[in-house]
Amino acid sequence: MDVFSDSANIDTYVTGFLWILKLTAAATVGALVLGVLLAGMRVSPIPVLRGFGTAWVNTFRNTPLTLIVFFCYFGLYSALSLELSDDIDTNNYWLGVIGLSVYTAAFVCEAIRSGINTVPVGQAEAARAIGMSFIQTLTLIILPQAGRAVVAPLGSIFIALAKNATIVGTIGLMESSSAMKELINANGDAVFPIFFVFAGTFAIFLIPTGYAFGWLANRLAVKR
Amino acid sequence: MSVTDAVLYDHPGPRAKIRNRILTVVLGIAMLAVLYWIYTKFDDKNQWAGPLWKPFLEGETWTSYILPGLWGTISAAAVAMVLSLVFGIIFAVGRLSDHWWLSIPAGAVVEFFRAVPLLLMMFFIFFGIPFLTEEPMPPFWAVVISLTLYNGSVLAEAFRAGIKSVPTGQSEAGYAIGMRKNLVMREILIPQAARAMLPVIVSQLVVLVKDTALGYIIGYTELLQDGVNTLGANFGNTVAAAIVAAIIYIILNASLTFFAGYLERRTRRTGRAPRSPKAAAATPGTVVDGAATI
Repeated sequence: MDVFSDSANIDTYVTGFLWILKLTAAATVGALVLGVLLAGMRVSPIPVLRGFGTAWVNTFRNTPLTLIVFFCYFGLYSALSLELSDDIDTNNYWLGVIGLSVYTAAFVCEAIRSGINTVPVGQAEAARAIGMSFIQTLTLIILPQAGRAVVAPLGSIFIALAKNATIVGTIGLMESSSAMKELINANGDAVFPIFFVFAGTFAIFLIPTGYAFGWLANRLAVKR
Repeated sequence: MSVTDAVLYDHPGPRAKIRNRILTVVLGIAMLAVLYWIYTKFDDKNQWAGPLWKPFLEGETWTSYILPGLWGTISAAAVAMVLSLVFGIIFAVGRLSDHWWLSIPAGAVVEFFRAVPLLLMMFFIFFGIPFLTEEPMPPFWAVVISLTLYNGSVLAEAFRAGIKSVPTGQSEAGYAIGMRKNLVMREILIPQAARAMLPVIVSQLVVLVKDTALGYIIGYTELLQDGVNTLGANFGNTVAAAIVAAIIYIILNASLTFFAGYLERRTRRTGRAPRSPKAAAATPGTVVDGAATI
C-alpha cells in the first residue's frame, strides 16, 4: 500500500470521489424533478404533452450516456459556446450534471409511471367523484401513493446514477475512474491495491445503500 | 386495468374540450418555439450548413466510418450478450445453491461487480492487467470482459428473482416424479424464469448495447469512436455526426425492444401464460424492478 502513503495520491483519490459525490447529488435532484414532470406529462389529458414525454423517454433511454455527455461538451459547449462557469472544471461539472439529469430523468419517469399503475383505480375514481381536477388528483392522491411504491426502483436508478457519474470523466473531469487510470499508469507495480481501493470505495458505499433502499421500500410500501 | 388509461381525468365535457384544445395549441406553439430557438442557435453557429451534412449523403462516409464503427459496436455487444447470459445463469444458480461454500462466494462476486462502475472495471482491465501479464490487452476484450462482468451480475440477480417467482408447486412436482435438483433447475425453473424475466433481460441487453459506447474511452473502434470522433475530426462536423450516431443507436435499441415484444407475444401463445412481471405490476403495491435497469 505504498501508493497510498503519498499524500498527492491521496489527494487524487479524494478529489475523484468528491466529484462523483457532487455529480450524483446535483444530478439526483435534476433527474427527480425532471422525471416527475415528465411522468405527469405522460399521463396528462393533453396529447402534445404526452407526445413530448414519450419522445423524451424514447430518445434518451436509447442513447448511450457517453454520447449524451459527449454531445453536452461538443454540442452545448464547443458549438453553442454555452459557458456555465469560467473555471474549466466547474464548467465540465455542470455540463456533466446536465447530461446525467437528462438521461436519468427518462428512467425516473418510467419508474414513476409504473408506480402510478400500482395505485388502485378506485383511488383516482374517488378523487374525481369529489370533483378534483387532473392536477389535484395527480399531486394529492396518485403521486404520494405511487412514490411509496417506487422507492426500490428509484433506489436502483440513483445507485446507477452514482456509477454513471464516472462517465463524465470522458470530458476531462478528474473523477474517480480517471483518477484510478492515472494512478495505475504511474504505479504499475501496485495495480491490484489501487483497483481494490477504488472499486472497494464504490462497493462500501453502494452495496449498503442498495440494502437501505430495500428496507425503506418495505417500510414505506402501502399495505393493501 | 391501468390508471394511466384516462382514469386520472374525467371524460372531457364541452368546456374541458375547449380548454384542452386551447392548451394543446398554446403548448404546441411553445414547444415549436423552443425547437425553433434551438434550431436558430445551431444555425447561428452554422451547424446546419450543407458541407457539414453532405458527407452523410456519400457512400464512402458510411463504408469507411459509420458501418465499420457499427460493426465494432454490434460484434462487441453480441459476444458480451452471450457471455453475460451464461455468466448470469451460472451465478444465479450458484447463489441459490444449498451449499454455503458455493452460494456465499457467488453472492459476493455478484454484489461486488454490480457495485463497481463499468468504466472503472474497463480501465482496470485495459490499463491495469497489462502491467501484470506483461502483454497488451486488446481493447475488444477489455470491453467484452468488463461488459460481461457487470451485466452478467445484473442478469444473475434478475434470473434469481425470476427463479424465486416460479411457484413452489413446480419444483415440488419435479421432485415428486423423481427429478434431481440439477434437472429441476435446468428443465423446470430456468425456462420459466427466463420467460417471466424476459422484459428485464431485454432492457439489460439494451443497457449493454449502450455501454459498448464506453469502449470509445479506451480506444476501441466502435460507433462513437469511428462514426463521431474520427468522422467529426475529418469533416469538422462533430455535432452533425453525433446526431446521426444517436439516431443509429436509437434505431438499434428500439428494434431490440421491439424484438423482445414480439418474442414475448410468441412465447405467451404456447401453453400456459407465464407469470409475466406485467401481471405482477397489476397487483397493487408492487413494482417490477425492470423499469429500473439503467
